[in-house]
Amino acid sequence: MKNSLGAVQSVLVLGGDSDIAFATLRELICARTRTIILAGRSPERLEARAADLRELGATSVEVTHFDGADTGSHEAFVDQVFSHNGDVDLVFVAFGTLGSQMEDELDRERTLTVIQSNYVGAVSVLIPIAAALKHQGHGTIVVMSTVAAERPRRSNYIYGSSKAGIDWFAQGLGDALKGSGVNVMIVRPGFVKSKMTSHMEDAPLAATPEEVAQAIVAGLRRNHEMVWVPGKIRWVMSVLRHLPRAIFRRLNL
Amino acid sequence: MLKRLKSMTGMTGEDGLPAQRLLTGWGRTAPTLATVSRPTTEADISRLMTASPERGLIARGLGRSYGDPAQNAGGSVLDMTGLNHVHHFDVENGLIGVEAGLSLQQLTSMVLPFGFFLPVSPGTQFVTVGGAIASDIHGKNHHVDGSFCNHVTAIDILTPTGERQTASPEQNAGLFWATAGGMGMTGIILRATLKLPRVETSRIVVDTDRTRDLDEVMHLQQSGDERYQYSVAWVDCMARGSSLGRSILMRGNHAMLQDLKSGERATALSTRPGPGVTAPPFVPPGLLRTSSVKLLNQAWYRKAPCQERDALHTIKQFFYPLDWIGEWNRFHGPLGFLQYQFVVPDTRHDIVRTIIEALADGGWPSSLAVLKRMGPARGPLSFAIPGWTLAVDIPAGIPDLNELLDHFDDLVADAGGRIYLAKDSRMRPELLPVMYPQLMSWRDTVAQIDPQRIMRSDLDRRLRLRAEG
Repeated sequence: MKNSLGAVQSVLVLGGDSDIAFATLRELICARTRTIILAGRSPERLEARAADLRELGATSVEVTHFDGADTGSHEAFVDQVFSHNGDVDLVFVAFGTLGSQMEDELDRERTLTVIQSNYVGAVSVLIPIAAALKHQGHGTIVVMSTVAAERPRRSNYIYGSSKAGIDWFAQGLGDALKGSGVNVMIVRPGFVKSKMTSHMEDAPLAATPEEVAQAIVAGLRRNHEMVWVPGKIRWVMSVLRHLPRAIFRRLNL
Repeated sequence: MLKRLKSMTGMTGEDGLPAQRLLTGWGRTAPTLATVSRPTTEADISRLMTASPERGLIARGLGRSYGDPAQNAGGSVLDMTGLNHVHHFDVENGLIGVEAGLSLQQLTSMVLPFGFFLPVSPGTQFVTVGGAIASDIHGKNHHVDGSFCNHVTAIDILTPTGERQTASPEQNAGLFWATAGGMGMTGIILRATLKLPRVETSRIVVDTDRTRDLDEVMHLQQSGDERYQYSVAWVDCMARGSSLGRSILMRGNHAMLQDLKSGERATALSTRPGPGVTAPPFVPPGLLRTSSVKLLNQAWYRKAPCQERDALHTIKQFFYPLDWIGEWNRFHGPLGFLQYQFVVPDTRHDIVRTIIEALADGGWPSSLAVLKRMGPARGPLSFAIPGWTLAVDIPAGIPDLNELLDHFDDLVADAGGRIYLAKDSRMRPELLPVMYPQLMSWRDTVAQIDPQRIMRSDLDRRLRLRAEG
């Protein structure tokens, strides 16, 4: 159960290999988290993460296979997790793919892979997860979005549109779940220095996975529905969102 | 319109039908959804028990526990306030048989005209008899009279196997004491027989001392409490330095008829009902913060007389100073608050100082702290041990509070003390067996009473009260 100060005891991570998820789990273990289920495409890689988490103090860490793009398997996956592990206080939807805009836009298949994973896959797994949490009468869903979901940009509109899709879906889901004991929190970081972006140059207002993790934990404590990292990027995006399109385009973001 | 508003807040179970409701404790933190039924007969309860809902069930009284013991996420919750009848009242011996959903306020207003009072009064009269037993509550007279269940001569309880059983300290004592302070895990308490003390008036003769610091108040309590039936100190946990732990110590005894002016003797046993005002439905967050709580504590301290003897207070003034504001918990804002209450053995009064010092030096917005001495209690999960108890209100949602209170827990556990489960909303499950050494034997008893694990609550899930799994 989540305690009165927002500390959770059991966590399911989808995309368990994510740097942000790992940093968040470190923070959560410091408070109350003892039970963790890491789900991802490569259980072997997750085992290394699991060992680290046990070292940090988690008493039950389980690794299981999950493929965000394989939507046909999602219902059975959620069933299996919830029937074997008791209550799950927090579900962290951290899987996704950044893709490569310039190459993807020349290849229909590659474009669809990004959409399939980030949007369709996330929607597909969120539906049974929301139902399972509703059944247990409590729980929090954390969905990783991005500031790129605020406004399409020339340089990453494929990724941006897929994240915009899941961001909006999660907002609506949060409203639909109001009063059910289940909360949805959306996390919109700017540029995050992680292995996902290791090949890219740092953007202004870049954050580390640790900073994102701290913002998530603070958001859980204060029951926030939307978390921006860093906080002031919210105001930057608010200005950018309202720029006339002709000007926005010329900014070459 | 009003009906729509009510259904929006999810508070109506129209026509007494079960309704899905978001529930929290008095602290208004960590809400969860449950199916709430409001039975009005024992047959209703029996039916709900035999239905054995998948995620279990728990009884709920007036929801004055601060945390989650009367919540059951995804399961069933029985609102017991519909069972509030008096079954028998033996005026000769002060024995009264009541249903578990009767509130102490209803009980007091009924028995006071006959010259009886509650054996134990908590800080609010808005708790039910069932809740008082399940938390084995204490009052300002704990050092003399012990906990609530010391004055319960028998209970009727519907155990999870569907059996209606009578238990008392003499008969079926295992069930009785597992239920006393057992946080609802042994079944649904249906009725209780209480032994009420006699009083001549509804007033208390109160001596007040305003003390400069913690040492002075603790010294006064240690040396003089046995002269008073009731004793409580209000501590300003934000005062620092030489004023650390400055307090208002209020001690008293029931007034005799001769203590009243002749004009008042005719109405010696009267009280006035109901709260005076109610808090607005929405209060923004951050109203009670370091600066405002400092002022509040300051005002509370200053308004008390330096020293006063033999002042006559009404029962409400003395026992329930906050009850005149309905829903006062709203003042802590939408993020809610918690109450940190611990007890440490007499010899470890240093822990009280350490904790007050940490609160004051850190500028934690801690209001309405209450310090008092306790005697022993009998239930394996009863809170009281002989020593000192401190209770402090702190708003939730402030950074690093979890770490601070975890640190306090360690100090308390190391000193052989414990946290009060009726107040807890946040502690670590690992510490439960350390703080409650009789937990294992209690678990064994409860496992026999409820083999199917039908009794469930969020507190049970969070603290693994009924053991792993």
